[in-house]
Amino acid sequence: MIIEVKNLYKNFGKLEVLKDTSCSVKEQEVVVVIGPSGSGKSTFLRCINKLEEPTSGTITIDGYDITDPATDINYVRQEVGMVFQRFNLFPHKKVLENITLAPLKVRKSSSQESDKKALELLEKVGLSDKADAYPSQLSGGQQQRVAIARALAMEPKIMLFDEPTSALDPEMVGEVLAVMKQLAKEGMTMVVVTHEMGFAREVGDRVIFMDEGRLVEEGNPEQIFKNAQNERTQAFLSKIL
Amino acid sequence: MDYIIPALPLLLEGAAVSLFITIIGMILGGILGVFAGLARLSQVKFIKLLGTIYVDFFRGTPLFVQIMLIYFGVPGLLNSLNQYWVTNYGEELLASTSMDPWVAAILSITLNSGAYIAEIFRGGVQSIEKGQMEAARSLGMTHGQAMRYVILPQAFKRVIPPMGNEFIMLLKETSLLSVIGFEELARKTQLEVARTFASFELWLTAAFIYLIMTFTFSRLVDMLERRLDTGD
Repeated sequence: MIIEVKNLYKNFGKLEVLKDTSCSVKEQEVVVVIGPSGSGKSTFLRCINKLEEPTSGTITIDGYDITDPATDINYVRQEVGMVFQRFNLFPHKKVLENITLAPLKVRKSSSQESDKKALELLEKVGLSDKADAYPSQLSGGQQQRVAIARALAMEPKIMLFDEPTSALDPEMVGEVLAVMKQLAKEGMTMVVVTHEMGFAREVGDRVIFMDEGRLVEEGNPEQIFKNAQNERTQAFLSKIL
Repeated sequence: MDYIIPALPLLLEGAAVSLFITIIGMILGGILGVFAGLARLSQVKFIKLLGTIYVDFFRGTPLFVQIMLIYFGVPGLLNSLNQYWVTNYGEELLASTSMDPWVAAILSITLNSGAYIAEIFRGGVQSIEKGQMEAARSLGMTHGQAMRYVILPQAFKRVIPPMGNEFIMLLKETSLLSVIGFEELARKTQLEVARTFASFELWLTAAFIYLIMTFTFSRLVDMLERRLDTGD
């Protein structure tokens, strides 16, 4: 198990956002997390790389207990790439520099090495011609593909996607999903929070349904979409499918 | 004109002093302000409190009072201390307790501008979207690396306009230094007026000199802003 979450609780003040959530993810598995907004799925994802501090419970990433204060979280985060809903590219840096910044400063790679890697990644996401552009000169879909390349530049073992297509115009969703599909096919371990049920069905090895801070139901896409057992899962799916 | 032309060299000399003390104040105040701003942003309560006390005091009291306190108040305190030492230990603690107007001017202008710059700096850092820090941290950068490579370069661009304003405010406020006899533009004008009684002509001239300096400077800031306006 590359990700192991046990009895995770997360409170924001008095608000309990996650209640006793446990879950594990195998290497090369693609887990898709679905659920209504406010169900805690983004918070769950953000706990996995400690962008949110868990209130209690343990999270083990590739053998490192990140809830242990002695664990070097900066090191573990190098292994866990994250893609955000709002891209969060660095606006003051060119596309290439966005991708090479962390390899240069965190991994201490040489500039030739990191440039070469960045150009390979740009080719992979279909944006070779945008290396010298600034993020503001790109469309949303292009920005999100750069963000994926930026995360991949650290050669992570796990990729987390936090509603990666929710801020995109409809015609740009496909290009981002295509990159994610490719990544899944190459064997990347992925946890994806999304409303794209087509993606969940086609690419997901496992679908997790969350509601009101709890993991309500999980199973392979077939089970969840065709034969959900829990009535809350059924109610949610009937609204969106 | 009969009064203005002969007075010009003196007034311009004063203007140079005003400009010089403002630049010094912005540089030293800038350094102080960055540290005080970082203190205000600190997670450590005690450091944050120190920053807050400093900023609140110097923003919440008039520069005039600060100048008086530093020029007259501090030497007064040192003098009392020295007296006490002489009485009790029979020797001088300090060789001199007087304050040079230049020292008082630099101290008061720096401390005052530092407090304002701290707030400008803090505002600049806090105006950067939270997602920027998160993206940087998610890549494995430490908090310091994220600040240095991601947050501060963006904040720097955003603080240019308010820093320009601060420079202009400070340049005008240096005229308060005339109360301690510091010979900047206002003080030089005062002295000339006392000699010639040409109040209207000379004060109007002083006003124009201030105006030319502030106007030129705000145009420079506009240019710089446009020059840096690439990317986002």
